[in-house]
Amino acid sequence: MRKLSLAEAVREAMIQEMDADKNVILIGEDVGRFNGAFHVSHGMLDKFGPKRVWDTPISEAGFMGIGIGAALTGLRPVIEFQYADFMFCAMDQIVNEAAKLRLMSGGQASVPVVMRAPQGATGRAAQHSQSVEAYFMHTPGLYVAMPATAYDAKGLMISAMRMNDPVLILEHKLLYGAASPGGGKALSDNSIGEIGSEVPEEPYTIPFGKADIKRTGEDVTIVATLIMLHRAMAVAEDLGKEGISCEVIDPRTIVPLDEETILNSVRKTNRAVVISEDVNRGGVCSEITSIISTKAFDFLDAPVAQVCADNTPIPFGPASEKHVIPQVSDIREVVYRVLKDQ
Amino acid sequence: MNARKPEDVITPFEISELKKPLLKKLFLRMVRAREFEEKLYYLFLTTQMPGTMHQATGQEAVAVGVVSALNADDYVTSTHRGHGHCIAKDVPLDLMMAEMFAKRNGVCKGMGGSMHLCDFSRGMLGAFGIVGAGIPIATGAALSSVVRDTEQVAVCFFGDGAINEGVFHEALNMASLWKLPVVYVIENNQYALSMPNELVSAVTNLSSRGCGYNIPGETVDGNNVTAVYRAAKKAVDRARDGKGPFLLECITYRVRGHARFEPANYRKKDEVEEWKKYDPILRFKDAVLNKGKLSEKELKEIEDQVKEEIEKAVEFAKAGEDVGAEDYLQFIYGKQANAGGAA
Repeated sequence: MRKLSLAEAVREAMIQEMDADKNVILIGEDVGRFNGAFHVSHGMLDKFGPKRVWDTPISEAGFMGIGIGAALTGLRPVIEFQYADFMFCAMDQIVNEAAKLRLMSGGQASVPVVMRAPQGATGRAAQHSQSVEAYFMHTPGLYVAMPATAYDAKGLMISAMRMNDPVLILEHKLLYGAASPGGGKALSDNSIGEIGSEVPEEPYTIPFGKADIKRTGEDVTIVATLIMLHRAMAVAEDLGKEGISCEVIDPRTIVPLDEETILNSVRKTNRAVVISEDVNRGGVCSEITSIISTKAFDFLDAPVAQVCADNTPIPFGPASEKHVIPQVSDIREVVYRVLKDQ
Repeated sequence: MNARKPEDVITPFEISELKKPLLKKLFLRMVRAREFEEKLYYLFLTTQMPGTMHQATGQEAVAVGVVSALNADDYVTSTHRGHGHCIAKDVPLDLMMAEMFAKRNGVCKGMGGSMHLCDFSRGMLGAFGIVGAGIPIATGAALSSVVRDTEQVAVCFFGDGAINEGVFHEALNMASLWKLPVVYVIENNQYALSMPNELVSAVTNLSSRGCGYNIPGETVDGNNVTAVYRAAKKAVDRARDGKGPFLLECITYRVRGHARFEPANYRKKDEVEEWKKYDPILRFKDAVLNKGKLSEKELKEIEDQVKEEIEKAVEFAKAGEDVGAEDYLQFIYGKQANAGGAA
């Protein structure tokens, strides 16, 4: 089967859905003429024209609201935020409007918008680096997906575009496998292997709320998303050579979260490490840790361990950034510790 | 700092060319809006009603004049002070009243209440409790009608307070850039809670705010329903013709406090009493009677009809089932039939 980069997979999902459903439109900054800041919408303006692909001014709250209004009246907008950090400009529209309208209207309103946003630290300093998932996992009324592979990205994206509520798809810049136009070669991360994956050509869906066990194992359960999944896989591969068997789970969607797959794994391995690129204070990592600790307490042979970013805005200096964000060596160390804990 | 004087705002009624059915409709809708809120006030005073509400007493001509210039399938977005906008859009009074009582037979199944009234079957896309939030959303509805190639126009109501929100500027820019069929209506009741226009807006002519976005505007006497109707009709027809958005400022006066029993002590009693003389319903009655367009009897019939409708609405609401403790569970997310069994 052919391999696609994650950027190509998301693009193929959008193109196939836009071909199939004339009500799907794309809205965002530089998504047309510029082909998207990370090339995800490459060629889509040419293919679909300006009535389907809307290049917007820099007005995140405004175009998020426009997407909601369009969704309320029969369209299925895909809204690209150029960087996940920029979503904060649109928080009222996302949190107070998109997420609440179905309930406030007693089920009359459907807001089928898909928001896509790239996140993750890549040397761009604090306002272009944040991992934002906790804010949105916290908000009832939204779905949140975090695809870490091209295969998952296409399937989750197609599901999202067919869903009837607001969905946020968080992507990681280091996983796109695509360069930003004018940005030289593709961003990459040498701590992980190849990031493209086999992706079927035909459209397919991946259900929300179904985690994927990326590697089966017996000794410890590792839960991770986005680039941390790939770092966890690298650690698991390494430890395998020492006879340590790690089970690595990618929740794929954090709303809804597939608790059962995680808990079943912990009931088997009796140890858990939860990893996130986000800070741990009030974060997704803490949430998953809490679920394991309360619902599988009797099965645990050691406290659940967390590997998260330090509680700080992301600093620019490469040494600082690297220190703040969990690295392969940090993960390995914590896994060792958890295995030793009695 | 005071509100504007009525004599600087009011304009004479021009009704000679308006047909009787339209005049009757304008009157019916204004009386409905007034009487509905008067009944709410009584129900709150007598502690029969839960929650809160914001009354638009004295502002009825804005909602009614604008919405009466629309087609039934046009879109409207509203505000926290939005009962009148819904009533003008023909949302049934009994469903609205039941919503106010938090009943299962309410228009929003008792999940929204006064500040979130909406009726999608009538193009009423919602009252938004966050000031200004409906502005980009109405703009999106207008973009949607362009993409879907329909003739629908979106009307967006908001108050004088909302024009200082960022989304006002973002949305107006995009609407003008893309020539979207949307009419923005500033319902200038002269107070944003305690703050009069002069203390919060750098310009006094609020319809001039469109200049920076190449959007034409007009300021009209918002207590003159025919003036509002005429200006709105022009703006709506223009939008439907593909000529882009319009910014219509209707100057009116918030006769009551900001919410429920808020006493509005930040303004002089004289000012309120002065403005009460220019009540839009009284002025309309005077005008149609003077010009012989409608008779006392015809007006009385409409008033009686509305009184009956309101009583029936209260009965309907009181007979409804209370919202149950777990009703909300069915409204957090919808069904995801085509999404691979999602969620």
